[in-house]
Amino acid sequence: MTSNFKTWPVTLLLAVLSLPIVIMFAYLIVDTVTDTTAGSLIPDRFTLEHWRFLFEPPQTGRADIWAVTLNTFLFAGSTSLIVVSVSVTSGYALSRLNMPFRKFFLGGVLTLHAFPTVTLIIAIFLMLQMTGLYNTLIGVILVKTALELPFGIWIMKGFYDTVPWEIEMAGIADGADRFTVWRKLVLPQVHPGLAALGLFSFLSAWSEFILPQVLAPDGASQVLSTYMQNLIKDDRAPDFNLFKSVGLFYALPVMTIYLIFNQKLMNIYGGGTKG
Amino acid sequence: MRIALENFTKTFGDTAVIENMNLEIASGEMLALLGPSGCGKSTTLFAVCGIHRMDGGRLLFGDKDVTSVPSQNRNVGVVFQNYALYPHMNIYENIAFPLKIRKDNKKTIDEKVQEIAELVHIPELLDRKPIQLSGGQQQRVALARALVREPDVLLLDEPLANLDAKLRLEMRSEIRRIQQKTGITAILVTHDQVEAMSMCDRIAIMDKGQIVQLSTPKDMYENPASEFVAGFMGNPPISFLDGTVDENDLRLANSSQSLPLSSNISLPNDGETLRLGIRPEHFQPNYPAKLSGKISFIETQGREVLYDVTLENGDVLRSIQSSGMPHAIGELVTWGIDPDKTLAFAANGSRL
Repeated sequence: MTSNFKTWPVTLLLAVLSLPIVIMFAYLIVDTVTDTTAGSLIPDRFTLEHWRFLFEPPQTGRADIWAVTLNTFLFAGSTSLIVVSVSVTSGYALSRLNMPFRKFFLGGVLTLHAFPTVTLIIAIFLMLQMTGLYNTLIGVILVKTALELPFGIWIMKGFYDTVPWEIEMAGIADGADRFTVWRKLVLPQVHPGLAALGLFSFLSAWSEFILPQVLAPDGASQVLSTYMQNLIKDDRAPDFNLFKSVGLFYALPVMTIYLIFNQKLMNIYGGGTKG
Repeated sequence: MRIALENFTKTFGDTAVIENMNLEIASGEMLALLGPSGCGKSTTLFAVCGIHRMDGGRLLFGDKDVTSVPSQNRNVGVVFQNYALYPHMNIYENIAFPLKIRKDNKKTIDEKVQEIAELVHIPELLDRKPIQLSGGQQQRVALARALVREPDVLLLDEPLANLDAKLRLEMRSEIRRIQQKTGITAILVTHDQVEAMSMCDRIAIMDKGQIVQLSTPKDMYENPASEFVAGFMGNPPISFLDGTVDENDLRLANSSQSLPLSSNISLPNDGETLRLGIRPEHFQPNYPAKLSGKISFIETQGREVLYDVTLENGDVLRSIQSSGMPHAIGELVTWGIDPDKTLAFAANGSRL
């Protein structure tokens, strides 16, 4: 920032504008460890009671939080893994190989990427029921992966496009076959893209709510987002502090990932600059 | 190793880029493929290296037909214009890559990499990454990587185009030194006639997918086969005068001036048009066949000065003279041409 430009007015403006969000976050955290009388803003007492769900299943949610967390990890992890491994190969094919229907395929990928997925949900529901994958984690993983893939393929194609052809030509002239060239010479150039895509699809699956809710609503394949919904399903006795505690628990991995990998995540917008 | 292209044809889609080209390169020779962009010189190079498939004809390395041998098995070394170093590997790994692919053992790889690094003068850079090197150093690494498996032929695709002027001069002689030391057959693709003349044993000048002339640099400069070659070779470039033949003279177009023609030109009939090529060094104050004009442009080059002289009919002649004889823009001069050194071309551009 240059010195002939006063920064404090901007800082002040931004501070005032973001105050509501800060307050909401503050209350989210405070409320998970305190009790407050209804209607009051000041907490009455400190308590860890709302975090009890970590050790015993609460009455309303009925499932063990750790099993649900494991489900969520499985869901997000597998989605991320499949998206990355399919995108890394199909992105290369679209970027480099002279294959039939390449134009059509690219157009299709772009269209699917822009397509509002919610409109497909009834058709997907029927298909899962027919194939017997309804109410299973595998079913949701497959659907989520399919919906994430257009984005992944498109992003990876963009990263491959920035790798100079000459590197591949040099590899071929050096005696390496096409596969070795891809694995040893091209793949290392798109690593930032891969890392970013992996994280993005993990986070996207982690926060997915609609798909698990509609396609796998039952206990065994619950994920954290649907678990939270179950917590406040019974609107006669809503325990909002418990809800907030689980919410914070649910958000923790996401925040951790953002803190550790925010540099890598920015890469996806840079379109794969080489470093 | 001797390299031969026989009736080489290459088409992209429906357009034939190169048709029935024949070219033979002797073992240990360095040959330049010279021409303007789009003339097919890089296409030829990539066909030799195997990246482009040939659509017709044969390619021989020695006596072996390698036309259908895939690039990987052809044993060619290629240096690209942007060097194409592998950015994630250090210099050692870059140079060792072709050997690793060939599955040489570690000790052999180590020895060979060291040896080639010495040859190209970069032994102290082996643990750096390509991005940490200057253009000239990257160029040396690219050469080392191309040479490390002792290829049958070294292919250089505009290797100096990305270097600044001083480095270009240095790498010109370096590449030639390394080529001569290894005795490898080399093909240099370039659009810069100075590079081609200074580095190569022979030059194949190409235009529109054809080899227009194949000769030594000196012969090509002195005896260009066509107007195109004459215009392409030489810096500063040759200038041309149009006119009609009048007995043994050339009557300049739209002008009362005429020039005597050399006796070693096979003259066309009187009244036919003819184009005379005059190199800047052959238009000098003390030469016999005088022409008058006005100095229209002066370019100081340090040791020499280049003058553009506009004749009364608007044609421009260039003259390069050692500096020290000051002339000013607008000055009227009467300088001469040596008729025996002029090059005469017919209307279709062929040499007379």
